[in-house]
Amino acid sequence: MIDVWRTTLGFTATLAQDAVHTGAGAVGAIPHGGGFFFLALLLPALSVVLCGVYAALGVKSKLPAWTTVVCLTLAFITILVGYIQLGPDSPRIAFGFHWFNLSWGSAPGQSLVADFALYIDGLSLLWMLFVTGLGALIALYSSEYMAGDKGYARYFAAFSLFVFTMSCLVLGDNLLFMFLGWEGVGLCSYLLIGHNYKKPSAVAAAKKAFIVNRIGDFGLIVGLMLTFVKFGALRYEDIFAQVDAMRASGVDIPMSIKVIPLLFMAGAFGKSAQLPLYVWLPDAMEGPTPVSALIHAATMVTAGVYLIARTMPLFTLNPDALATVAWVGGLTALFSATIGMAVFDIKRVMAYSTVSQLGYMFLGLGALSASGAAYHVFTHAFFKASLFLSCGAVMHGFAGQLDLRKLSGLAKLPGWRITAFTMLVGCLCLSGFPFTSGFFSKDMIIAEAFVTPGPGYQALGIIALITAGMTAYYAFRVFFRVFLGPVEFEPGEEYTPGEHAHDDHAVDDGQDTTAHASFHPHAPGVAINLVLTLLAIGALAAAAPYFMHKEHGGWVGAMTHGSTAAIAEESQTIFTAHTGAGAVEHVADEETLSILGMTVPHVAMYFISSGFAIVGLALAWVLHMTGRRSAASAPVADALKRALGPVGVWAEHKWYVDELYDWLLRKPLRVLAWIFAYIDMLFVDGLVSLAGVGPRILGWIIRPSQSGALQGYAAGMAAGMILFLLMLWVML
Amino acid sequence: MNALAGSMSALIAQSAPSLASAADMLSTIGLYHYLVVACAMFALGVIGFLSRRNLIIMFLCTELMLQGASLALIAFSRYWFNHTGEVFVIFVLTVAAAEAAMALALVVLLYRKRETLDALAWSSMRG
Repeated sequence: MIDVWRTTLGFTATLAQDAVHTGAGAVGAIPHGGGFFFLALLLPALSVVLCGVYAALGVKSKLPAWTTVVCLTLAFITILVGYIQLGPDSPRIAFGFHWFNLSWGSAPGQSLVADFALYIDGLSLLWMLFVTGLGALIALYSSEYMAGDKGYARYFAAFSLFVFTMSCLVLGDNLLFMFLGWEGVGLCSYLLIGHNYKKPSAVAAAKKAFIVNRIGDFGLIVGLMLTFVKFGALRYEDIFAQVDAMRASGVDIPMSIKVIPLLFMAGAFGKSAQLPLYVWLPDAMEGPTPVSALIHAATMVTAGVYLIARTMPLFTLNPDALATVAWVGGLTALFSATIGMAVFDIKRVMAYSTVSQLGYMFLGLGALSASGAAYHVFTHAFFKASLFLSCGAVMHGFAGQLDLRKLSGLAKLPGWRITAFTMLVGCLCLSGFPFTSGFFSKDMIIAEAFVTPGPGYQALGIIALITAGMTAYYAFRVFFRVFLGPVEFEPGEEYTPGEHAHDDHAVDDGQDTTAHASFHPHAPGVAINLVLTLLAIGALAAAAPYFMHKEHGGWVGAMTHGSTAAIAEESQTIFTAHTGAGAVEHVADEETLSILGMTVPHVAMYFISSGFAIVGLALAWVLHMTGRRSAASAPVADALKRALGPVGVWAEHKWYVDELYDWLLRKPLRVLAWIFAYIDMLFVDGLVSLAGVGPRILGWIIRPSQSGALQGYAAGMAAGMILFLLMLWVML
Repeated sequence: MNALAGSMSALIAQSAPSLASAADMLSTIGLYHYLVVACAMFALGVIGFLSRRNLIIMFLCTELMLQGASLALIAFSRYWFNHTGEVFVIFVLTVAAAEAAMALALVVLLYRKRETLDALAWSSMRG
């Protein structure tokens, strides 16, 4: 089957080159093959082109949506077939063509080779499965959600472009190819946040996302260059072979190499919205909700996690980098959870919870549990997509209303049961309720944080546990306020009385339960309900892989163990070697470790973390359900907020971080810009003006000689002629 | 202006040493006499143009300068025994006739605009 696909795609020509390439490659330990994986790149690219053509032709039907859904589904099937054919344990390189092949000498490091080739192993397959799978599902959801939008075809073109560039990022076999995808997803994120480009706040959010990402990307670019300078290669295969040799020989790692993971980390923190650079993600919620679900929750923001998991061998060279990753992740998780507890916009709550969950993933990476991090990425992709799309359904049905003080008891409205159910599933998974997918993945990370002998990791484990309780609280705060309680709602800002924007598929309930008698929310249609149901099932089923494989971490663990991230689990001793103290090794001998006297840390953590989750959930019930009579107020929660005084207000204002950045960075830059503007005006422009002033002064001096009298000019001519003749005479 | 004429004749005397001596020049009418007359006409034209403000007189003065130059050309032509200067003068006369027609028409128009022939009435180009 593979051969048939290769032939049809014209990869036969490249197969011959494959042999040459393997011969030329110095390391070449990884077998080549799997050329049909290029289909997973070509199908989204085809969709981009088609949607672009539709946009140019002004197609008004749902054709762009169906094209995207079909192409992405086929891409998903390609990946699935590839997974079944190759399995997670056999990394392959699918060679396309030589992209960059420069050389300026024969010595090692005097050539720059970056092929258009795909690196296929468990890690990239895992990512590709949910990128294409969720991409197809969310495209289907968008087909209904975006209906009536003027930029329908444009939206799907950017959507497909995102899947294409994300596939480049994940599948690329070298750092340059990865970087192409990395910048590509940044561009798509910008385009999609600013989809509604006539809305100033959306444009501002798009710019903010792009610029903040740029700060991180600067680190990544420098890291990339430094990698090339130090290792003379950009292909993962070549770099990691050298890293392995370096580790095996036990030489001291020079500072210039130890810096590389720190630089990569900066890129990852930008893209994955971690602590100093997280500010763009909550604002990115200005984009259409499906975009928030796919790009800003499930896939793109996990690119940073992917980058660190992929380049894990480099990170093992510098234990401090891993500790930084863990600490930044843990603190981000806690910090953004505090904001998530206070804000009232339900989409923002989800955005801050995404930042918080990404923090968990980084904590997992830093705690040397790449499989835990990858598993959390996997489960999070499903349950967060489910949560976002449920919020999107609410927003769509209530004319853009997102304030949890203005929505209440939606579960009791007819046509909203499925949304309420999927929201409940999402919230349960997010809060790590026992036996949900989020429970197992979060548990792996927290347990690893406790048992990994890194600097202060015990404290990080406690932070992660507290955050887990807070997560349960803010998730169910939204659920209890919006879906339970008295039925009451107000339309959002998109509501115009007497007119229904997208009423064609509305299921009117006919109930007039509020003062807004003329407003009928319309319940989600078939496409939205179908996708929501599938995602909720996916979110629940994401717990199954945990038991699917005998290996630690289940199926996802098996996937990561067959990849470059496996080195994390194998090198648990790096912190021991680093600290030099008698810190314990674990991995195989987990018996030596215990939490609460239980010898298997994960089992112990099942009880502890479910305890925290249930406490958080109960707290949300007590604060937001007891004695609530209206949508706007929950007496207990309001009383608590008053008791907290300014702290609650600060948290609601996101701890004034945006204002702080404004004051620390934007204001000084603006002052600097003014200074430069005045220098330009006074000195640069001044010089140019001076050049103009000279001739004007000269003109002012000689102007009186022009009398305007005819005789005057004639006398001048005569005098000139006499002068000329005199000169002639003198000279001859 | 006499000085100018003198200097011109001196110039010619200097540049053409093969010319006849001063005594010969005085005894017969030769090139020298023609040139003096031509210079005098030209000088009178210049003086008239500079000193008079009547547009018609000024125009006549330009004609006088033109005739002075033409006379000099013919004199040189005769002196060198070729016809280049004479042919040139015929062209000059033709052009001058056309120019005179236009110039007089212009003067008439200018007079209609300002009801005066004073050249100073047209000094609006003062800087």
